[in-house]
Amino acid sequence: MLTLLDSASSSPWYFFGYFLDHRATDLGWLWDHTWLSVVPVVVGLLLALPLGWLARRYSWAYPPMMSITGLLYTIPSIALFVLIPPLLGLDPLTPLQVPIALSIYSTSLLVRVVADGLGAVPTETVQAATALGYRPLARFFRVELPIAVPVITAGLRVAVVANVSIVAVAGTIGLDNLGRLFDQGYTLSVTEPYYPPIVLGIVMCVLLALVLDAIVLLVDRALTPWRRAVRSR
Amino acid sequence: MAAGGAQPMIFKTLGWLTDPGHWRSTPFDTGILGQLGAHVGFSVIALVIALVIALPAGLAIGHTGRATWVVSVANAVRALPTIGALVLLVVIISPHFYGRTNAGFLIPTEIVLVVLAIPPILSNTYAGVQNVSPAVRDAAFGMGMTDRQVLGRVELPNALPLIFSGFRSAMLQVIATATIASYVTLGGLGRFIYDGLAQKDYPQMIGGGVLVAALALVADLLVAVVQRYVVSRGVSGRFHRNTSVDSRVAALVEENV
Repeated sequence: MLTLLDSASSSPWYFFGYFLDHRATDLGWLWDHTWLSVVPVVVGLLLALPLGWLARRYSWAYPPMMSITGLLYTIPSIALFVLIPPLLGLDPLTPLQVPIALSIYSTSLLVRVVADGLGAVPTETVQAATALGYRPLARFFRVELPIAVPVITAGLRVAVVANVSIVAVAGTIGLDNLGRLFDQGYTLSVTEPYYPPIVLGIVMCVLLALVLDAIVLLVDRALTPWRRAVRSR
Repeated sequence: MAAGGAQPMIFKTLGWLTDPGHWRSTPFDTGILGQLGAHVGFSVIALVIALVIALPAGLAIGHTGRATWVVSVANAVRALPTIGALVLLVVIISPHFYGRTNAGFLIPTEIVLVVLAIPPILSNTYAGVQNVSPAVRDAAFGMGMTDRQVLGRVELPNALPLIFSGFRSAMLQVIATATIASYVTLGGLGRFIYDGLAQKDYPQMIGGGVLVAALALVADLLVAVVQRYVVSRGVSGRFHRNTSVDSRVAALVEENV
């Protein structure tokens, strides 16, 4: 640690040099951070699609489902991190708590988004599809779901950007991801400020959030070609 | 620790939470009540400052339709990792304070909390005023109301459901972030989580988690009750079912502004 302080500049702009000095560790943390941000959103979407469909199909299921997911979304992330292991009977420091907590958040957010997105599909469209001979399952996947895509991807963008920020919080309780850079910077700043790891962590988190957001946007574009066709006319 | 399974840990946590000695402060240790007070204190200060800034700004932007870029800038701030911003500000500001003061930690924490709380309130206030039906607004002008009256008596009451959901999502973020403020050696309920972790005292750590979750749920419930009485029934649509807006939909509204 001391040699590191002696050899390296503590200027905030030295963050790139700091990155080069600790490339292997930092890229490892970037990878951890990326999958911790992405996998829970995918899990959340896979769970939210049937749940959102249920909430739409059976109207009695909608209010309780929204209350429960709203309640889960209210619990602060750090509290959820420490509450999950005892509730599931896991070790208090299991690395699984972060993906589980984030999957719970993503599912809670997306159930409402999917239900409302499906609810926004015009009744005439559904009736027209039925009249054309679509059976319920095919109608859901070929008509209702594609029309709900823009609303769902808007929810996915919120979920993925929020996850990048929440994952970093897990770094402060010792789990490996870009949040460890903040932990490192704070530990190294006891006697005098040492900025590079902190600035590097912020830069990498913001870039990761922007890239993931852009990917969701591209997927949204690819899945809804008709929106571009209408716009270009 | 986990060898005993889930039940013992839950009982140990209950034991920690129900021990009266943990609730009172001693000369050496701040108890649960003291940390709860500190937590609520940080949160209230940040929310009041954020409201004073964001509410008038959102109303003005929504009413005039000018300077909407402010809303986009505020929303872009969300991509910033809060914990990173917190650590950076603490490292920058705290060396300027010496002695027995926690201002070096309090000031950066409050800055981060205010910066966090502004975007949801600002963009929801803006969206709420923007979404008032033009027919309603025109009718108000047609009745001879002045600009100020239209804003105060028509647009503001109609925007209240969205403003409340923005405030609720700001409040939850502030309570959550005030918890991680304990990481930078400040008080608050997060103290128990980080101390419990450092001392491998898991009942204390989990008990802290329970307290934070309970605070968030109770605070959200209180504001929901206030909202029920403040928002006009004609606006909230409580004559019909299923028109409530919660913080998650508010997030989408903000995203699409």
